Amino acid sequence: MGEHNIRNFTINFGPQHPAAHGVLRLVLELDGEVVERVDPHIGLLHRGTEKLIEYKTYVQANPYFDRLDYVAPMSQEHAYCLAIEKLLGIAVPRRAQLIRVLFAEISRLLSHLLNVTTQAMDVGALTPPLWGFEEREKLMIFYERISGSRMHANYFRPGGVSMDIQPELIDDIEGFCDPFLKVLDDLDTLVMGSRIFKQRNVDIGTITLEDCWKWGFSGPIVRSCGVAWDLRKSQPYECYEEMEFDIPVGLNGDNYDRQVIRMEEMRQSVRIMRQCLDKLRAPDGQGPVNTLDGKIAPPSRKDMKRSMEALIHHFKLYTEGFHVPAGEVYAAVEAPKGEFGVYLVSDGTNKPYRCHVRAPGFAHLQGMDFMCRGHMLADVAGVLGSLDIVFGEVDR
Amino acid sequence: MSAELQALSDHIASSLGEAIEDRAIAYGELTIVARLEEIKRVVTFLRDDPQCRFVCFIDICGADYPARERRFDVVYHFLAPHHNRRIRVKVETDEVTPVPSIIDLFPAANWYERETYDLYGVLFSGHPDLRRLLTDYGFEGHPLRKDFPLTGYVEVRYDDGQGRVVYEPVKLSQEFRNFDFLSPWEGTDYVLPGDEKAKA
Repeated sequence: MGEHNIRNFTINFGPQHPAAHGVLRLVLELDGEVVERVDPHIGLLHRGTEKLIEYKTYVQANPYFDRLDYVAPMSQEHAYCLAIEKLLGIAVPRRAQLIRVLFAEISRLLSHLLNVTTQAMDVGALTPPLWGFEEREKLMIFYERISGSRMHANYFRPGGVSMDIQPELIDDIEGFCDPFLKVLDDLDTLVMGSRIFKQRNVDIGTITLEDCWKWGFSGPIVRSCGVAWDLRKSQPYECYEEMEFDIPVGLNGDNYDRQVIRMEEMRQSVRIMRQCLDKLRAPDGQGPVNTLDGKIAPPSRKDMKRSMEALIHHFKLYTEGFHVPAGEVYAAVEAPKGEFGVYLVSDGTNKPYRCHVRAPGFAHLQGMDFMCRGHMLADVAGVLGSLDIVFGEVDR
Repeated sequence: MSAELQALSDHIASSLGEAIEDRAIAYGELTIVARLEEIKRVVTFLRDDPQCRFVCFIDICGADYPARERRFDVVYHFLAPHHNRRIRVKVETDEVTPVPSIIDLFPAANWYERETYDLYGVLFSGHPDLRRLLTDYGFEGHPLRKDFPLTGYVEVRYDDGQGRVVYEPVKLSQEFRNFDFLSPWEGTDYVLPGDEKAKA
């Protein structure tokens, strides 16, 4: 028997695959079971968000940001609102800042809980997602109580937030914190301590810091390479400056480190949430939750019924909307998945001229090719899970 | 912060000279406009110069200004984690002039340039694989151009008879509504219907 003509085998992973975390089609070129090349085909969830935003007023465009990374909706709104506020040059009242930070951290919990536990499912465990989703459910109820919606909150508005937080909700979120830390400890034992989880993740998908920078990675993936780069500390926005928290960093830059970092970040988030709750109760944490500039923020329902000026403002804001001075800005937040940025160009009218969304998942997914080369087919799902991909923000 | 950015801006301008067409600091952000042919030299300098060290790739995107002769902007964002600074680099181009790809400087540029090509039709020279990225297989046109209608040209539905998804010209059961809420007392630079004589 002579030499056989052996050629690589090409398979389709997805677009409907439970481990693809959405609609992703990966064209994999395999040599036996070793991955030679990965070509992700994205855009199956492309909805033209950026185009739609150009046809909406600034306030009407806000809900589109919930639908980008639908696992942590408020973080996206946050970047958009910061960009508008930068152009308008308005300050956010302190109470609104505290509420924003509180809910940005709740969003982080939502995202990390989903990612850590479903990545465990990708490598073979079934129980962790059930535990994680139970906690997510409680957090979504907080979302619903503050904004009226479990997921697509549309709660952060240019200038502040749409509604004040009730004292009962502050108490209930505080009541959530302690039991949640216990759940995290349990998850740590169940997932991080699991022999199988370690075998599937340690030293898989290893990257270096240099790779991270030039591939545009951010968030937990950069931190897994041993650098404490976190926009909440390095370029603080809102009132993150006065919050006390630590940035967990990894050593090896592999899948396992990324998940350990996410687990620790959840504990730090709870720490930040606690500080927010205390500050919201303190006397200097009281006050308005939206800017008092009637040309930007709508009046309260009560004012609108009694004041002519408020009625005019209300009418103008919900038809024409406010005008934003011409210019261009880039505003970024440390979203759970990495640096989420909004590049906003205004031409001085009531609609954005151009709004580009810089999604962390887009850069991360692009790295799949070089991270998976030389790994086994079974590791593709593991690497994909550890990158924390959500297709809403990748495809836009 | 602003003085620091000004110093950086001066440093870049003096080092690169002709390659920089314009520079500005607005809203605490430094923007430089580079000459199209020099973009690779500019990006290399920004990455390697010890005072710049913009080693972290952030973003590339397009923007369309149909009134201009060179209608497209390609906007690059970089981050210098060591100095904790950001920069925006812009180049201008049109439908036919390709922009030199920076993929060999930053491999992450791959998808971002593909996306810009897909959505705006901006060409990149030296890109190994300039395919569409976000739109459908076989899509025609560049949807983020200002002259591309929001509703697009084709719609899809599942055809029971043929047993597959079919593409058809888009049919709007109601005219596309895009209300003009701009106040005629401020902001509009066009003549409202019926107002021609008043402004003449």
